[in-house]
Amino acid sequence: MSELRGRLASWDSMIIVVTAVVVVAASIGVENFGTSTNFTFLVLDLLPIALIALPMTMIVITGEIDLSVASTLGLTSAIMGDLWNRGLTIETIIPLCVLVGALLGAVNGVLINRLGLPSLAVTIGTLALYRGLALVVLGDAAVADFPWAFTGWVTGTIGGGPVPNVLLVLVVLAVAFGVVLHATPVGRALFAIGANDQAARFSGIDVARTKFWLYVVSGAIAGLAGVLWTLRYSSARADNGAGLELAVVAAVLLGGVSIFGGRGSLWGVLSGVLLLAVLQNALRLQDVSGQALNIVTGVLLIASVLLPNIITGVRDSVHRRRRRTVPLKSS
Amino acid sequence: MTSATVEKTAAPRFANPFKQREMGIVLALVVLVGFTAINQSRFLSAQSVTDILLNTAILAVLASGMAVVVITRHIDLSVGSVLGLSAFTVATVMQQNQGLPMVAALGLGLAIGAVAGVLNGALVHFGNVPALVVTLGTMYAYRGLTYSWAGGQQVTADEVPRHFLHFANSALLGVPWLVLIALVVIAGVGLMMRNYRIGRELYAMGSSPQAAGLAGIRIARNTLVAFVISGALAGLGGVLYASRFGTVDASSGNGYELQVVAAVVVGGVAVFGGSGTIWGAGLGALLLTVIGSALAVLDINQFWQQAIVGALIVLAIGADRLVAVRIARTLRKRDSHV
Repeated sequence: MSELRGRLASWDSMIIVVTAVVVVAASIGVENFGTSTNFTFLVLDLLPIALIALPMTMIVITGEIDLSVASTLGLTSAIMGDLWNRGLTIETIIPLCVLVGALLGAVNGVLINRLGLPSLAVTIGTLALYRGLALVVLGDAAVADFPWAFTGWVTGTIGGGPVPNVLLVLVVLAVAFGVVLHATPVGRALFAIGANDQAARFSGIDVARTKFWLYVVSGAIAGLAGVLWTLRYSSARADNGAGLELAVVAAVLLGGVSIFGGRGSLWGVLSGVLLLAVLQNALRLQDVSGQALNIVTGVLLIASVLLPNIITGVRDSVHRRRRRTVPLKSS
Repeated sequence: MTSATVEKTAAPRFANPFKQREMGIVLALVVLVGFTAINQSRFLSAQSVTDILLNTAILAVLASGMAVVVITRHIDLSVGSVLGLSAFTVATVMQQNQGLPMVAALGLGLAIGAVAGVLNGALVHFGNVPALVVTLGTMYAYRGLTYSWAGGQQVTADEVPRHFLHFANSALLGVPWLVLIALVVIAGVGLMMRNYRIGRELYAMGSSPQAAGLAGIRIARNTLVAFVISGALAGLGGVLYASRFGTVDASSGNGYELQVVAAVVVGGVAVFGGSGTIWGAGLGALLLTVIGSALAVLDINQFWQQAIVGALIVLAIGADRLVAVRIARTLRKRDSHV
């Protein structure tokens, strides 16, 4: 177990080191990367992925997955546009949208935990369902005339400097999620569920209820991401954020969270998000097309799971050899 | 184990068709087609039926491959990207070699898909990486490969040879080639899964990977076979796609994997492996396509289509779960009598 934890720590720190190296290399080698304008855009670009990755980290740690997040984002955006068209004030719309996100998450939660359906299948289903409903709500129209006070705040920076206002939202939420995951009994319960959910149940953790609330939180955050997305581009569209779920899952796995549950950390995931965003940003500045960058994302994703496996394999074979030469007392 | 118990547990050669899981889809199809035809007689016109079958064909070819992978308790999310890679490659090759026969195009597509599948399978088995992660990764990678090669270019219908385009629309004895190929694929893969040893082994691996390993099933080879079938059929789907639509670019088949997974799940293949049939997956593809056409004919907002597909997936896995729970209860009851 301690060996396991050691390996986990090493993967987390490895990702953080790799991220740091890539950031330094990009600021030296890539023209315009180190500029304050680019920094603002980098943060704005990674914001939705980073936000959604917070609850996704917890969900994957419990051994489940939520593929419906990007569709939740799209549906919230569509509803936001529709409500704005109907003349509601933005101050009512924003909390309503977050609430809608939470409700959509609750639907996932009920299907997965009350009915015992596999989360992968359920959220593939709601991925299609929510995106479809988004199209039903708004069609292929776009709603654009949101008040400048809000769109300006989302795209604006603190005191006109390089730090975007929305980074505050991310930092506050990241700290909150980090504390819950790594410093409270709730967080320890999540790891326990992921390691062995039966053992967790026997030790008095209400596994079903915990998972249900995880999906509610995941939906609410996706709803919030939908609001911020809409305000940033000043455009509510049904297809907003399409395909984003895969980027989020990629970042979470890259950040060292085990897809089988039970292992991972929030700082690992945040550096995973940063690594992906910096690579994409730097390569794009070098005129590599955005779509071709998918190769990098794909290879990184596979490598993030493959490399630790290889390391463990090598370490195990070394262990076995050592055991063969030096017989242990008890075995 | 005596031979008598083996006799008893073996599936009957011809199961009662009304007790099969796929009956639900057939029923849904009958109701849907009946309702639509009553409200709009042109729904059953020759042209409309041909269109539905042509659209089903490509989806069914990919769904057959996906079903094999899902039965083995894996998933292949890279099929849409493999379709795109194959479609663009084949269209480009045909554009530059106008004399190349159709068979060569089909072979090339199959080969591209098979290579992609080998890579998926090897990473899943030898790399010990879950299929969800591997194929999510290769979904990006294969698509990125196509983009970095194709860029913004496209191959248009007037650049490829006439016989290549003609293929999708021509028919043998009144049945379009596309439909024939889909039927051959469903029958072939279905037969393999139902009657041959490798097929039964794939079901066994899906039911319980550990037990299958202990029973001496060659997991490595079989995993590779499953992914190669899925990849090769996605590659074949790419050729059919290029032939049917003529114009292809790097984004062809983007997001298609969702529809394929939907067809398989709606067709009664359990997402946790071990059960379901290939013809069920084919029926699932048909149902999804018919829903799309029915909505169009009935003048219902086309945007409802995706929502209905999503609801169907949730319904299908819910029903599947219900069946599984009931079977488990029956088995437990039967055991208690012994």
